[in-house]
Amino acid sequence: MTALTVLQVLLLVLLVMCGVLAVWLKDLLGSVIALAAGSLLLALQFYLLQAPDVAIAEAGIGAALTTALFVLAIRKTRRKEEE
Amino acid sequence: MSVVVRTVARLLLAPVAIFGAYVVMHGHLTPGGGFQGGAVIASAIALVVVAFGAQRLRKQKKTLSVLEDVGATAFAVLAFLGIGVTFFYNALAGTGGLFGQTVPIGPNPGALNTGGLLPLMNWAVGLKVLAGLGSMVLLLGLLGGDDDR
Repeated sequence: MTALTVLQVLLLVLLVMCGVLAVWLKDLLGSVIALAAGSLLLALQFYLLQAPDVAIAEAGIGAALTTALFVLAIRKTRRKEEE
Repeated sequence: MSVVVRTVARLLLAPVAIFGAYVVMHGHLTPGGGFQGGAVIASAIALVVVAFGAQRLRKQKKTLSVLEDVGATAFAVLAFLGIGVTFFYNALAGTGGLFGQTVPIGPNPGALNTGGLLPLMNWAVGLKVLAGLGSMVLLLGLLGGDDDR
Protein backbone atom coordinates (compact mmCIF):
# COMPACT_ATOMS: atom_id res chain seq x y z
CA MET A 1 0.00 0.00 0.00
CA THR A 2 1.21 3.49 -0.75
CA ALA A 3 1.33 6.27 1.80
CA LEU A 4 -1.67 7.92 0.16
CA THR A 5 -3.85 4.83 0.63
CA VAL A 6 -2.82 4.57 4.28
CA LEU A 7 -3.71 8.24 4.80
CA GLN A 8 -7.11 7.80 3.14
CA VAL A 9 -7.96 4.73 5.24
CA LEU A 10 -6.84 6.59 8.37
CA LEU A 11 -9.06 9.55 7.45
CA LEU A 12 -12.08 7.29 6.97
CA VAL A 13 -11.49 5.53 10.30
CA LEU A 14 -11.24 8.93 12.03
CA LEU A 15 -14.42 10.03 10.23
CA VAL A 16 -16.36 7.02 11.56
CA MET A 17 -14.95 7.70 15.04
CA CYS A 18 -16.18 11.29 14.84
CA GLY A 19 -19.64 10.07 13.83
CA VAL A 20 -19.80 7.61 16.74
CA LEU A 21 -18.59 10.33 19.12
CA ALA A 22 -21.31 12.71 17.87
CA VAL A 23 -23.98 10.12 18.71
CA TRP A 24 -22.41 8.95 21.98
CA LEU A 25 -21.77 12.32 23.69
CA LYS A 26 -24.42 13.60 26.11
CA ASP A 27 -23.17 17.20 25.85
CA LEU A 28 -24.79 18.46 22.65
CA LEU A 29 -22.17 21.18 22.09
CA GLY A 30 -19.40 18.56 22.09
CA SER A 31 -21.53 16.51 19.72
CA VAL A 32 -21.70 19.42 17.29
CA ILE A 33 -17.93 19.93 17.49
CA ALA A 34 -17.39 16.22 16.72
CA LEU A 35 -19.68 16.61 13.70
CA ALA A 36 -17.69 19.64 12.50
CA ALA A 37 -14.40 17.73 12.89
CA GLY A 38 -15.87 14.88 10.83
CA SER A 39 -16.92 17.38 8.16
CA LEU A 40 -13.38 18.79 8.03
CA LEU A 41 -11.92 15.27 7.67
CA LEU A 42 -14.39 14.61 4.86
CA ALA A 43 -13.23 17.81 3.12
CA LEU A 44 -9.62 16.61 3.37
CA GLN A 45 -10.67 13.26 1.92
CA PHE A 46 -12.37 15.03 -1.01
CA TYR A 47 -9.18 16.97 -1.62
CA LEU A 48 -7.11 13.78 -1.66
CA LEU A 49 -9.59 12.29 -4.15
CA GLN A 50 -8.81 15.17 -6.59
CA ALA A 51 -12.09 17.05 -6.03
CA PRO A 52 -11.00 20.45 -4.61
CA ASP A 53 -14.24 22.09 -5.71
CA VAL A 54 -16.33 19.75 -3.55
CA ALA A 55 -13.78 20.10 -0.75
CA ILE A 56 -14.24 23.89 -0.58
CA ALA A 57 -18.03 23.49 -0.58
CA GLU A 58 -17.85 20.83 2.15
CA ALA A 59 -15.53 22.93 4.32
CA GLY A 60 -17.67 26.05 3.87
CA ILE A 61 -21.12 24.53 4.29
CA GLY A 62 -20.49 21.42 6.39
CA ALA A 63 -17.79 22.60 8.77
CA ALA A 64 -18.66 26.28 9.17
CA LEU A 65 -22.31 27.08 8.44
CA THR A 66 -23.93 23.90 9.80
CA THR A 67 -21.90 24.24 13.01
CA ALA A 68 -23.01 27.85 13.40
CA LEU A 69 -26.66 26.86 12.91
CA PHE A 70 -26.38 24.03 15.47
CA VAL A 71 -24.60 26.26 18.01
CA LEU A 72 -27.30 28.92 17.64
CA ALA A 73 -30.02 26.27 18.04
CA ILE A 74 -28.34 24.90 21.19
CA ARG A 75 -28.08 28.44 22.55
CA LYS A 76 -31.84 28.86 22.10
CA THR A 77 -32.66 25.52 23.79
CA ARG A 78 -30.86 23.21 26.25
CA ARG A 79 -27.26 22.06 26.18
CA LYS A 80 -27.55 18.67 27.90
CA GLU A 81 -29.34 15.71 26.40
CA GLU A 82 -32.11 14.27 28.59
CA GLU A 83 -31.92 10.69 29.79
CA MET B 1 -19.60 34.04 24.15
CA SER B 2 -16.34 34.01 26.11
CA VAL B 3 -13.35 36.31 25.65
CA VAL B 4 -11.40 33.57 23.87
CA VAL B 5 -14.09 33.12 21.24
CA ARG B 6 -14.45 36.87 20.74
CA THR B 7 -10.71 37.44 20.33
CA VAL B 8 -10.29 34.58 17.86
CA ALA B 9 -13.33 35.80 15.93
CA ARG B 10 -11.84 39.31 15.69
CA LEU B 11 -8.57 37.83 14.40
CA LEU B 12 -10.17 35.46 11.87
CA LEU B 13 -12.96 37.64 10.51
CA ALA B 14 -10.97 39.57 7.89
CA PRO B 15 -8.91 36.60 6.55
CA VAL B 16 -12.03 34.46 6.13
CA ALA B 17 -13.91 37.20 4.26
CA ILE B 18 -10.92 38.00 2.06
CA PHE B 19 -10.38 34.33 1.20
CA GLY B 20 -14.07 34.08 0.23
CA ALA B 21 -13.72 37.11 -2.05
CA TYR B 22 -10.60 35.52 -3.57
CA VAL B 23 -12.45 32.27 -4.30
CA VAL B 24 -15.29 34.20 -5.97
CA MET B 25 -12.93 36.42 -7.99
CA HIS B 26 -10.83 33.50 -9.30
CA GLY B 27 -13.89 31.34 -9.93
CA HIS B 28 -13.17 30.97 -13.66
CA LEU B 29 -9.52 29.99 -13.11
CA THR B 30 -9.23 27.90 -9.93
CA PRO B 31 -11.47 25.42 -8.08
CA GLY B 32 -14.40 27.07 -6.41
CA GLY B 33 -16.61 29.79 -7.75
CA GLY B 34 -19.64 31.85 -6.86
CA PHE B 35 -21.34 29.31 -4.63
CA GLN B 36 -18.25 28.18 -2.72
CA GLY B 37 -16.88 31.69 -2.22
CA GLY B 38 -20.28 33.00 -1.17
CA ALA B 39 -20.55 30.19 1.37
CA VAL B 40 -17.12 31.10 2.78
CA ILE B 41 -18.10 34.79 3.12
CA ALA B 42 -21.40 33.72 4.71
CA SER B 43 -19.40 31.71 7.26
CA ALA B 44 -17.71 35.01 8.22
CA ILE B 45 -21.19 36.44 8.89
CA ALA B 46 -22.01 33.31 10.90
CA LEU B 47 -18.81 33.88 12.91
CA VAL B 48 -20.00 37.38 13.85
CA VAL B 49 -23.48 36.12 14.76
CA VAL B 50 -22.16 33.29 16.94
CA ALA B 51 -19.37 35.25 18.66
CA PHE B 52 -20.95 38.69 19.19
CA GLY B 53 -24.68 37.89 19.18
CA ALA B 54 -27.22 38.48 16.44
CA GLN B 55 -28.35 41.84 17.88
CA ARG B 56 -25.17 43.44 16.51
CA LEU B 57 -26.37 42.75 12.96
CA ARG B 58 -30.10 43.41 13.47
CA LYS B 59 -30.04 46.47 11.21
CA GLN B 60 -28.25 44.58 8.40
CA LYS B 61 -31.26 42.34 7.75
CA LYS B 62 -32.61 44.77 5.16
CA THR B 63 -29.15 45.15 3.55
CA LEU B 64 -28.80 41.39 3.11
CA SER B 65 -32.26 41.21 1.55
CA VAL B 66 -31.38 43.96 -0.95
CA LEU B 67 -28.04 42.28 -1.76
CA GLU B 68 -29.82 39.00 -2.52
CA ASP B 69 -32.19 40.76 -4.92
CA VAL B 70 -29.28 42.54 -6.61
CA GLY B 71 -27.41 39.24 -7.10
CA ALA B 72 -30.37 37.45 -8.66
CA THR B 73 -31.25 40.40 -10.91
CA ALA B 74 -27.65 40.87 -12.03
CA PHE B 75 -27.38 37.21 -13.01
CA ALA B 76 -30.53 37.40 -15.14
CA VAL B 77 -29.49 40.72 -16.73
CA LEU B 78 -26.01 39.35 -17.58
CA ALA B 79 -27.61 36.29 -19.14
CA PHE B 80 -29.84 38.53 -21.27
CA LEU B 81 -26.88 40.64 -22.52
CA GLY B 82 -26.18 38.23 -25.37
CA ILE B 83 -29.82 37.70 -26.34
CA GLY B 84 -28.94 38.81 -29.90
CA VAL B 85 -27.30 35.41 -30.44
CA THR B 86 -28.81 33.23 -27.75
CA PHE B 87 -29.69 33.26 -24.04
CA PHE B 88 -26.51 32.94 -21.89
CA TYR B 89 -24.31 33.91 -24.88
CA ASN B 90 -20.95 35.23 -23.64
CA ALA B 91 -21.14 38.68 -25.26
CA LEU B 92 -18.04 40.05 -23.50
CA ALA B 93 -15.52 37.31 -24.31
CA GLY B 94 -12.74 38.27 -26.68
CA THR B 95 -13.79 41.91 -27.03
CA GLY B 96 -10.79 43.30 -25.13
CA GLY B 97 -10.94 45.51 -22.08
CA LEU B 98 -11.95 44.35 -18.62
CA PHE B 99 -12.56 40.57 -18.52
CA GLY B 100 -12.47 40.48 -22.32
CA GLN B 101 -8.85 39.45 -22.99
CA THR B 102 -8.15 36.30 -24.94
CA VAL B 103 -6.48 33.42 -23.12
CA PRO B 104 -2.72 33.15 -23.91
CA ILE B 105 -1.63 30.05 -25.80
CA GLY B 106 0.38 27.40 -23.96
CA PRO B 107 0.94 26.72 -20.27
CA ASN B 108 0.19 29.79 -18.15
CA PRO B 109 -0.68 30.48 -14.52
CA GLY B 110 -4.12 31.77 -15.53
CA ALA B 111 -5.04 35.23 -16.75
CA LEU B 112 -7.55 36.99 -14.51
CA ASN B 113 -8.86 39.31 -17.22
CA THR B 114 -10.35 36.54 -19.34
CA GLY B 115 -13.67 34.76 -19.32
CA GLY B 116 -16.02 37.49 -20.51
CA LEU B 117 -19.26 37.39 -18.55
CA LEU B 118 -18.26 34.43 -16.37
CA PRO B 119 -16.42 36.42 -13.63
CA LEU B 120 -19.30 38.88 -13.44
CA MET B 121 -21.79 36.01 -13.17
CA ASN B 122 -19.60 34.48 -10.45
CA TRP B 123 -19.84 37.74 -8.53
CA ALA B 124 -23.64 37.76 -8.95
CA VAL B 125 -23.96 34.18 -7.68
CA GLY B 126 -21.54 34.91 -4.82
CA LEU B 127 -23.57 37.95 -3.77
CA LYS B 128 -26.80 35.94 -3.87
CA VAL B 129 -25.36 33.01 -1.89
CA LEU B 130 -23.64 35.13 0.76
CA ALA B 131 -26.82 37.17 1.32
CA GLY B 132 -29.06 34.09 1.37
CA LEU B 133 -27.00 31.95 3.73
CA GLY B 134 -26.03 34.97 5.86
CA SER B 135 -29.62 36.07 6.37
CA MET B 136 -30.56 32.46 7.17
CA VAL B 137 -28.04 32.35 10.06
CA LEU B 138 -28.95 35.89 11.14
CA LEU B 139 -32.69 35.15 11.29
CA LEU B 140 -32.08 32.01 13.38
CA GLY B 141 -29.93 34.10 15.73
CA LEU B 142 -32.59 36.79 16.05
CA LEU B 143 -35.30 34.21 16.80
CA GLY B 144 -36.66 34.27 20.35
CA GLY B 145 -35.06 36.17 23.20
CA ASP B 146 -31.71 37.90 23.40
CA ASP B 147 -29.76 35.35 25.46
CA ASP B 148 -26.07 35.71 24.66
CA ARG B 149 -24.62 32.74 26.56
